[in-house]
Amino acid sequence: MTLASPRDFEPESLQPQGWLRYLSFSLDHKVIGIQYLVCGFLFYLIGGALAGVIRTELASPISNFVSRETYNQVLTLHGTIMIFLWIVPVVNGAFGNYLIPFYVGARDMAFPRLNAVAFWLIPPAGILLISSYFIAGGAAQSGWTAYPPLSISTPAIGQVIWILSVLLLGGSSIFGGINFIATILKLRRPGLKMMQLPMYCWAMLGTSILVVLSTPVLAGTLILLSFDIIAHTGFFNPTLGGNVVVYQHLFWFYSHPAVYIMVLPAFGLVSEILPVHARKPLFGYTTMVYSILGIVVLGLIVWAHHMFTSGTPPWMRLFFTIATSFIAVPTGIKFFNWLATLWGGKIALNSAMLFACAFIVNFVFGGITGVALAQVPFDIHVHDTYFVVAHFHYIVYGGTVFVIFSAVYHWFPKFTGRMLNEHLGRLHFLLTFIGFNLCFAPQHWLGLNGMPRRVAEYDPQFAFWNQVSSVGALLMAISTLPFLVNVVVSALRGQPAGDNPWKALTPEWLTSSPPPVENWLGEAPLVEHPYGYGTEQGRLDLEATTGQEIWSGSRR
Amino acid sequence: MALVLAGLWVGQNVSLLPVDASSNAPVYDSLFRVLFSIGTILFLGIVGLLIFSLIRFRRRSWETSDGEAIEGNLPLEIVWTAIPAIVVLFVGIYSYDIYERMGGMVPLNDHSAMHSSMGSSMEDASMDSMAPEGQKGAVPAARVWGGINGAEVAAGALPVELTAMQFAFIFHYPDGDITSGELHVPADRPIELRMKANDVIHAFWVPQFRLKQDVIPGQPTVLTFTATRPGTYPIVCAELCGPYHGGMRTNVVVHEPEAFDTWLEKNRPAPPPLPAASGAATASTSAPAAGAPPSKA
Repeated sequence: MTLASPRDFEPESLQPQGWLRYLSFSLDHKVIGIQYLVCGFLFYLIGGALAGVIRTELASPISNFVSRETYNQVLTLHGTIMIFLWIVPVVNGAFGNYLIPFYVGARDMAFPRLNAVAFWLIPPAGILLISSYFIAGGAAQSGWTAYPPLSISTPAIGQVIWILSVLLLGGSSIFGGINFIATILKLRRPGLKMMQLPMYCWAMLGTSILVVLSTPVLAGTLILLSFDIIAHTGFFNPTLGGNVVVYQHLFWFYSHPAVYIMVLPAFGLVSEILPVHARKPLFGYTTMVYSILGIVVLGLIVWAHHMFTSGTPPWMRLFFTIATSFIAVPTGIKFFNWLATLWGGKIALNSAMLFACAFIVNFVFGGITGVALAQVPFDIHVHDTYFVVAHFHYIVYGGTVFVIFSAVYHWFPKFTGRMLNEHLGRLHFLLTFIGFNLCFAPQHWLGLNGMPRRVAEYDPQFAFWNQVSSVGALLMAISTLPFLVNVVVSALRGQPAGDNPWKALTPEWLTSSPPPVENWLGEAPLVEHPYGYGTEQGRLDLEATTGQEIWSGSRR
Repeated sequence: MALVLAGLWVGQNVSLLPVDASSNAPVYDSLFRVLFSIGTILFLGIVGLLIFSLIRFRRRSWETSDGEAIEGNLPLEIVWTAIPAIVVLFVGIYSYDIYERMGGMVPLNDHSAMHSSMGSSMEDASMDSMAPEGQKGAVPAARVWGGINGAEVAAGALPVELTAMQFAFIFHYPDGDITSGELHVPADRPIELRMKANDVIHAFWVPQFRLKQDVIPGQPTVLTFTATRPGTYPIVCAELCGPYHGGMRTNVVVHEPEAFDTWLEKNRPAPPPLPAASGAATASTSAPAAGAPPSKA
């Protein structure tokens, strides 16, 4: 435990300045946040290209684009990259690091060096994972779930590298989680109460608790699995007396909470974005907090709904059905509260808002299919089919990735001091929304009618809707272009944003854009009402307006 | 109100499912219709509310004021906590009932299935799973791990053994000592599928039966079902099992009962113990397992 101030360690002349600091072992939480975001986006492009390979293969019913082994490697890498290198790092690491110190009124995270270490574990782990494709035997072929005995019997090197990189990424995630918990609980500015924190802090607190509780279980499981592969132990290998279902329990003990690790921060981000652009307080702050905590608790006890067709006793199936269904209650509270936040607002339909509202539509759809999937008899038919594929893409893409884009449109002015182009933003939204629904909505029907997931070939009767899905995937790929152009051009030549273009009240907007090192030149502001829209400023405006405006404002 | 009606109409009239061909399927379909109706009502309601809000409360270009400062409304929040809770509770109880009717709630290990001795009828359900070694004949009964066990089908079910391997399903009929790559079953008679996997996890799925069960190495599993509608339906492996996972499929042929008996007769291997049966080589599709003609004795 050192008590020296950061200046003792970093004489300014030694730290790279300008853009080079984004390639350095910077301790600034804002730099680390951007590092997470850009790094994650690069992996998103790779994962997206792999998705393109999958959809190209599935454009025809026969396996004719890549070999079957390659196809299984591609789907394994796609899932692993999208989860561990894009969504989890970005929605936790990027926005968490950038925003949490602002929200608690701190000048940095609690453990800046651990923070930098957590980020710098990610690029090597990602490169390790992807490079395993090029070695003899290729990358792992057993899906991101790596169920034994398949993961034991497929080429060993790729599988072991997969385990190593997931262990590194899990470690990074745990470091980040510890850091968030410590920052939120211990670095709050004096006078700032827990129930005054912006909602994203609560979401990150809940998420980090899940990370810290469940990721070590995954790590232990994968270490045992690697022993089974390398040392021929028999933990999960049935021919040596092991039990494959135990692996599934341990794996999903992490990997179902992982879904909440991916969506809870997104819930938090939406709770920040909607009030600003609707000019209304976040509706039902207290119930939002409790529903986050409810989701955290319930999220830990639902994992076996991934295993309704494995060997689980009936009473467990019943228990997990009910626990899973009840997650819909706190989740529903959040969605109704968001709708109530919009109700009666002065909604600016900009790109950030469009993506946030599309998130609501997509996630409600994915949530409804999720409650259906929680019912054992329903799940028994559609488990491991394209219905499930469609469901979880509605959750993690239609949910979280839409929120990531929304958050980029919302916070880009803060990151860079420049606005994103609104027209390109809307084009991006339109292409993404149409492409996404075109890609994944038909897959529900495919799954219901008999197309299993993770196949390179399928019954020709499914060809049409698979081709529709592939066209949707193509649209999604194209939709990335206006976004990339927008971000690059706007960062260099965008319209200057000023410090607070949205007139937002949360603390990150109460400093310059981009913010200085250590966030505020003077003392950190004490924001007791992060969502205090319409209270003082709104009333003043109301009295200053003309009668006609009041009339039209209240009539329409 | 119109919303509820629309949801009910969609749920009852839009059919997204394949044809139903087992006794499970109509039960499953009624659950599906209920879930589909509720889901449609909720989805249309929420999206309608969202779009209405976006249009009704959009910011006009001259407006600079904020919306109303509504921080919350406890009764309202209690209402929309209660509504999903009730819906979820209803759905949960209803699906429990459905599952019960599908026979899924029968406790495991009641069946002493997976007899090593072929052709013997099912022992009764009273075997104590704690002490399976005590079984007569000293054949340790394999533990049955899962599967949907039909409650009433213990007697009279047609036993079929399924071996799943990379990348094929092999069916064996202990009654007639027939081995087949396709599953042939009679309509309206319970089938007891005793499943085991040789290498990795596979899953037995017949979409038209609305049935799926993982076939897990080291864990013999029994799946009971009754086919109802004669026809040919696909059997699909639903668990990633290796490169040819997508090609691991075969058919289940549901026969009329008489046609099934004919099929059984036709494919039954000639009884080898009888010395007169030397001309049995015509049983072409049958398994060679026990059917090898006795070499000169």
